[in-house]
Amino acid sequence: MSRKKLTRRQFVAATAMSSAALISAPYVRGAYAAGKLSIGFWDHWVPGANKASTDIVNEWAAKEKVEVSIDYIPSQGNKLILTVAAEAQARSGHDVIAMQTWFPHAHSEQLEPMNDVMGDLIKQNGEPNGTMKYLGQAGGKWLAVPASVGSQIKGPCSRIDLMKKHAGIDVQAMYPAGAAPKADDWTLDTFLKAAEACHKGGVPFGIGLGETTDNVDTAGAIFQSFGAALVDGKGNLTVKTDAVRQALDYYKKLIAFLPPDAGAWDDASNNKWLVSGRGALIMNPPSAWAVAKRDAPQVAEQCWTHGFPAGPKGRYAPYLGYFWGTWSFSKNKEAAKSLLRTLSQPDAIEKMVVASGGYDLPCYEKLTTLKVWQEEGPPKGTLYHYPNPHNHQTLSIAAAPAPPKIAQQIYTQATLTKMCLRHAQGEAMEKTLAWAEGECEGFMRS
Amino acid sequence: MADVVLQPNRAATAKTARKRSSLHNALRRKSTVAFLMTLPLILLIALLVIYPAFYAIHLATLNKSMQRFIGLSNFEFLFKRETFWLVVKQSCIFAITAVIFKAVLGFIIAHFVHNIPARGQRKWRGMLLVPWVIPPAMSTLAWLWLFDPSYSAFNYTLGLFGAGPIPWTGDALWARFSVILVNIWVGAPFFMIMYLAALKSVPEQLYEAAAIDGANWWQRIWYVTLPMMRNIIAITTLFSLIVTFANFDIVRILTAGGPLDHTHIFATWAFRVGIEGSDIPLGASVSLFMVPILAIAAIFILRDVNKRGNEA
Repeated sequence: MSRKKLTRRQFVAATAMSSAALISAPYVRGAYAAGKLSIGFWDHWVPGANKASTDIVNEWAAKEKVEVSIDYIPSQGNKLILTVAAEAQARSGHDVIAMQTWFPHAHSEQLEPMNDVMGDLIKQNGEPNGTMKYLGQAGGKWLAVPASVGSQIKGPCSRIDLMKKHAGIDVQAMYPAGAAPKADDWTLDTFLKAAEACHKGGVPFGIGLGETTDNVDTAGAIFQSFGAALVDGKGNLTVKTDAVRQALDYYKKLIAFLPPDAGAWDDASNNKWLVSGRGALIMNPPSAWAVAKRDAPQVAEQCWTHGFPAGPKGRYAPYLGYFWGTWSFSKNKEAAKSLLRTLSQPDAIEKMVVASGGYDLPCYEKLTTLKVWQEEGPPKGTLYHYPNPHNHQTLSIAAAPAPPKIAQQIYTQATLTKMCLRHAQGEAMEKTLAWAEGECEGFMRS
Repeated sequence: MADVVLQPNRAATAKTARKRSSLHNALRRKSTVAFLMTLPLILLIALLVIYPAFYAIHLATLNKSMQRFIGLSNFEFLFKRETFWLVVKQSCIFAITAVIFKAVLGFIIAHFVHNIPARGQRKWRGMLLVPWVIPPAMSTLAWLWLFDPSYSAFNYTLGLFGAGPIPWTGDALWARFSVILVNIWVGAPFFMIMYLAALKSVPEQLYEAAAIDGANWWQRIWYVTLPMMRNIIAITTLFSLIVTFANFDIVRILTAGGPLDHTHIFATWAFRVGIEGSDIPLGASVSLFMVPILAIAAIFILRDVNKRGNEA
């Protein structure tokens, strides 16, 4: 048996080489030198839309040497809300997580401030709309970065033919493709008359009064058009005001022309209403139109997405925003911020909006005139006015301007639609107001 | 000296031997073996039931932002809420009505099945168990389509006869009826199978004796069947009451608590408040409110079962 001897010279050389390798190791960029990043994105309902975000993330990961894993979390069954709540409780989870509307505020104490990221993005993309500032900021601090994916305006989507036939309204002339709206006469009074005419014609407006977001968002916009709020921005109760009474009275008149089962509607009901050809108008992002394009092309060809009718205090449209946030306990905050900057670049946003067929709506002022909304069809230009390109209406969310933690309760408990339904079912106005006031008092607990 | 040196060793040996033999005896005892075999399950329950239960109690004592201990203030707050008492009322209506109907239907169907000749009985038993075997979330979706506000298959059928439409989920009373109906449909087979097993264990001689005494059909049920089934009825009722009180999926899928909160029960309202409304402590308090109600029911029913067991 031969045995190789290690000479003193060999030992010294080997030791020197190993030490040099160990010392220099951190400065060698390996495949995943910048660590790992786990991402929880909202699972887009448009087939293929997730691919656009996956491609952007992978491209960024390859450049930045980060190992990424992406989970697409659906909002059906409140899976996304549950994931966010579980991660907040466990203080562990995705480094970047998608959050709907109220959740940045709900978890404000646990989110990494994004002021540095937002400062640069605002310089580049323009100011975010007021709703995203209201939902995404607390005490001058950006809690999360507005996401284009999932964000939407829930404005009217009308049937061109039925509105002309029954209500005598040419929605295309009112909101022409490629031009500013000529909608001065498109007021809540006109809307009510049109609702009555279409109801008589057997194609009622499909506006729900249930407890899900589509129903609440419409009620919110109509209340705001009357200047009605249950709680003001300072947290004071403003239920028993004339504006709220006017809004309730208006809703009572409107409900008479809505489908009799509207109180049981969920977020799918209005889509089905439009696609089945039973109604002349719904309040929805273009998802119903997109489904009609696939399942009922003759309906889709007659759809036109446009602005909200104006009330005495202005023209408001519901904007439902999504965010991307990073937990304060995230292990790779720098990589997360770098990814969020990449996802918010104009070209990345455009890529994702195109992949969603124009459904996604960035909140930045310079990004509301992308080509996709001008070109989508049939009919061509049907989505031109969807992103509010002429700032014709104020984007808002139901229950604003109440402090977000109170507004979340008003929104989630569907206090507005419940008030409308109670009053329309015969409850005295003051009794409805007293009930709503009691509810709002309860929502103020801290 | 030698004795002194030897004694501790002997004592130690005897002690070790005694220890070994007591361990050996313990292991040979049936109860020890049973305990060891159930230990994994006990640990699982401790992890998945006891820990979350205590965690829920802990959450219920925190303020909304979960940063401060506030004792029982969440419950105090709930007691002042109109909606909470509506939920309590509805949970009781939902659970008690559904359990009564499930028990009555289960009892009747069990009798029918019991009277089917043994050869054909298996098929019927299998078919009748189907609603209980399908995951409720799935079967409730089918019911949702049947009750759909605008496209209800029931209303379509009623329309063929010139009746309806019925607002199955749009009107408070009909919505309550719908959720209770689906719960009965899902749960009645459980009662049926339990009662069927109990019926099969009633000695035939008792019925023969009753027949000789001239007892009619009703008297045989009242004086023979029901007393013989009392324990199983009590246990199934308790079990079903607990499960029905804690129901979530049927109401969540069918009405989500609407219209106007008129079908909310503890679990669905706890979810609405805790998860959707981001007020986890209040949600935990709502769900914990079930515990005393069910505990009282359990004490009474189990005490009754125990008493009869001792009498026997």
